[in-house]
Amino acid sequence: MEHVLTYMTFIPVAGMVVVLLLPSKGPNLIRWVSAAFTVPPLLMACWLLANFDPAKPGLQFVERAPWIPAYNIQYLVGVDGLSISMVLLTALLCFLCIFASWGIDKGVKGYFALFLLLDAGMMGVFVALDFSSFCLLGSDAPSHVLSHWHLGRATTGVCRHQVFLYTLFGSGLMLLAILALYFTSEPHTFDMTVLMSQANKFGTQTLPIWPFNQWGWGFQHVVWMALFIGFAIKIPAFPFHTWLPDAHVEAPTAVSVILAGILLKMGTYGILRINFPMLPVATADLAFWFLGALGAWNIIYGALCAMAQKDLKKLVAYSSVSHMGYVMLGMASFTTQGINGAVLQMFNHGTITGMLFLLVGVIYDRAHHRDIDGFGGLAAIMPIYTGVTALAFFASMGLPGLSGFISEVLVLLGSWQKFPVLAIIGASGVILTAGYLLWTIQRVYLGPLNEKYKSLPEINGREMFTLVPLGAIVILVGVYPNVVLDLLRASLDQINQIVLPHLHG
Amino acid sequence: MDLKNLESLSFFYPEIILSGTILLLIVVDLLVRSQRTLATIAVIGCVGSLLATFDLYSAQQGWLFHRMIVLDNFSLFFKVFALVAAILTVWMSLGSNEIRQVHQGEYYTLLLTCALGIFFMASSSNLLTAYLSLELVSLTSYVLTGFLPHNRRSSEAALKYLIYGGVASGTMIYGMSWIFGMTGSLDYAAIQSALAQQQVSKVTLFMAFIFILAGFGYKMVFVPFHMWSPDVYEGAPTPFTAFLSVASNAAGAAIMIRFFFPGVSRMVAGGDWAFVSGVEWPQVLLFVSMITMTVGNLCALNQRNLKRMLAYSGIAHAGYMLMGLAVLNNDGLQAVLFYVVVYLIMNLGAFLVVVMIANATGNEEIESYRGLAWRGAVLPAACLAVFLFSLTGLPPFAGFIGKFLLFAVVINQGGTFVILAVVAILNSVISLYYYAKIVKTMFLDTPDPGDKSLTIAANNFTLLIPLTALTIVLGVYFSPLVYYTSQSLRFFMK
Repeated sequence: MEHVLTYMTFIPVAGMVVVLLLPSKGPNLIRWVSAAFTVPPLLMACWLLANFDPAKPGLQFVERAPWIPAYNIQYLVGVDGLSISMVLLTALLCFLCIFASWGIDKGVKGYFALFLLLDAGMMGVFVALDFSSFCLLGSDAPSHVLSHWHLGRATTGVCRHQVFLYTLFGSGLMLLAILALYFTSEPHTFDMTVLMSQANKFGTQTLPIWPFNQWGWGFQHVVWMALFIGFAIKIPAFPFHTWLPDAHVEAPTAVSVILAGILLKMGTYGILRINFPMLPVATADLAFWFLGALGAWNIIYGALCAMAQKDLKKLVAYSSVSHMGYVMLGMASFTTQGINGAVLQMFNHGTITGMLFLLVGVIYDRAHHRDIDGFGGLAAIMPIYTGVTALAFFASMGLPGLSGFISEVLVLLGSWQKFPVLAIIGASGVILTAGYLLWTIQRVYLGPLNEKYKSLPEINGREMFTLVPLGAIVILVGVYPNVVLDLLRASLDQINQIVLPHLHG
Repeated sequence: MDLKNLESLSFFYPEIILSGTILLLIVVDLLVRSQRTLATIAVIGCVGSLLATFDLYSAQQGWLFHRMIVLDNFSLFFKVFALVAAILTVWMSLGSNEIRQVHQGEYYTLLLTCALGIFFMASSSNLLTAYLSLELVSLTSYVLTGFLPHNRRSSEAALKYLIYGGVASGTMIYGMSWIFGMTGSLDYAAIQSALAQQQVSKVTLFMAFIFILAGFGYKMVFVPFHMWSPDVYEGAPTPFTAFLSVASNAAGAAIMIRFFFPGVSRMVAGGDWAFVSGVEWPQVLLFVSMITMTVGNLCALNQRNLKRMLAYSGIAHAGYMLMGLAVLNNDGLQAVLFYVVVYLIMNLGAFLVVVMIANATGNEEIESYRGLAWRGAVLPAACLAVFLFSLTGLPPFAGFIGKFLLFAVVINQGGTFVILAVVAILNSVISLYYYAKIVKTMFLDTPDPGDKSLTIAANNFTLLIPLTALTIVLGVYFSPLVYYTSQSLRFFMK
């Protein structure tokens, strides 16, 4: 199992090739084969979890091989506490989403082939440590195409491309920033571990024709901002969030799950992986405004937008904007609780939002619309479905005993120590969240039954199969959060220690 | 090495073989009028010439024919390039319905003559040969553009091309006469030493360079010398458009590098080139580069004809390549050479799909690509998607590496060049819009009930699959090409 990370990344690629070679006449065969190719990564992720040593802060399972010697590019993969949680999440959600995609009946072969490619691309982002930021961009193309996998739907013109153009712009800026780091490092390298060790060198660089050098705002801050814009588009942080609701409305259920569950995490993951350790001075200078204050604003803004939605899926999409705000707020506090809470929130958001989108998909498959006011009293005919939904909603609003509570409390505890005002704003977001979620429960599941939906069938076995593992994780982490927190602690402390000395006051 | 006429001949085999093939084609055309025979002869001739070119890598470098042309790794690189482009184009022409209507013998003859002209463009070391070779390429291109009989667009394009080319090369030769007046020589090496020693008026010199740039710029297709290209692309037979799009671009880059780098600049330590002091050349190129990519991309946004769109995208790509020239160092030149190769693969690939679809539908309108993937052309559509994403510069395709290297040299230069890099990034985003629109049209739009199912002739796949594979392979493993391009940057100078 020496090359476990390589296998995890490339088995889905092999799966894509196999799927492409299958005859397109048998959609069921394609579905089962795709599912089969997501099982080994999941098993390997479990093996990884069992063999990962949480006490060690550094990288583990490292594989290194020269790739393009002329530019000092190498093949370098590895995981630490930060990435292993994301790797687990990716392996799990990709496996479940294959089953959530069972209902795709047009262009089955292309859909599943692209899905496996997307799986590999996401895994690549979280394990690669050299040249890896470019995988970010690579994983955009399949996700973009997949999110429009509804043949024969009316096109909405420019907005269909919006997310793709947005992320390419962000990735382009990131590319420039990474090139700037590459040429500043000595010897030139893309190796993140080496770049981290040269943080001091980046701190002392100045820029030509740049008026703010004298204030100590030089090279480092410009590169930080370029990277931040790239990541903020992914998160999505206000004001770069506009693509998110549109993308979700267009996308099939499984793609929504992947989009919210994993792709959004790339933004915050990238900030922790690149901005924090490589540009600590700029991080210390800019974190309050661009992560802390913007995060708190995200919480409130996302929650208010969610409250105003009429479309169930858009509501969940805006709740993502709100919940990713907690991640940013926690990161900005530079306290152990805050930063651990932030990464735990990334993990929890992945599972909880995954559940929410799957649940929205269940009702959409039956009623063919997602209008919140168009239902009513569903609890009477779909009790099991309503129960699972209640679990997910309560987890999302942070009910004690469920996973969302732990991470939000940690974030608020952490940020209270540094900026109480932002913590209060963030905490009030919990009330708004409870507001829109309870209101939704009332409108959709309680009250008199809408006669139109008297004969809706109850949630079926396949749908339960995709929801149960996520629900179990939500409860497990809520009761015993150390299963995840133990993995994170050592690595996050190490990242935090790099930035702390540069903080003022 | 500085050889006289007869001695030079033994280092001139690629050109001799190619010229022999051209003459043979004319004779054979009189005897057998079979497309297959003629194309086979053309390919065999090119392959023979290619082998002879590779053989010359081991030969000593130097001047041939009384310092008229130069033999070095750089010129060999473009000879290989021109031959590969010619072979692929001949292959592509075999599968094109358009080419079946025209006079075969003349078509292949002129195509190979055009390739021969590129040989000389890359290896000229004298303003006279530079001009003559450029005219050789231009004249053959005019004829080939207007080669479709009874096609108004084709004739119109040829006429526009002729007028535009005439003006551009006239301007260029006027600039050359200024250089001759100031330095008293047409020979690059002599010009260089004269410029280093004598006091020449910098303003006059600058103007002369700008005039010369008009001629080179019209070949490499950058703004404001680009107006001919959309009409010519649209009107010319598609296989020739494909050849023109890559070869004209590359030949323009070659002649430009040859004149402005080893021609008038001096090489200084660390792979940098020192331009004639007092002339702000990088700033000119930087400005032209920005304008070129922006104009190209903005004009491409609203095109309805795929060939026309590719013409504008070609202008944008010329702008990207100029980034590598503006930094005035060897890394930049290497990035340009790399990009030229990558562009050859992906652009020829895209045009090949255009030919295949045009064979089936009879036109190149983007509208006729609606729902292509669901009308029996999944494979061409998927390959075109790969080429278009590669042209955008998305990983893991070759185009990404090409752009990556160009961005790298620009960022490494720092200063005002960072602005150029940001403009280029914004341009890439713009270009994604129109490239992705085609992908969307092919895959996500539903075909109209009136759209027929297409039958795609299988013979073109033999070329399409390797080109697609190369686009992906070069995006993942590009070491050999990096090595080859770095080896090709050896100029023979005194």
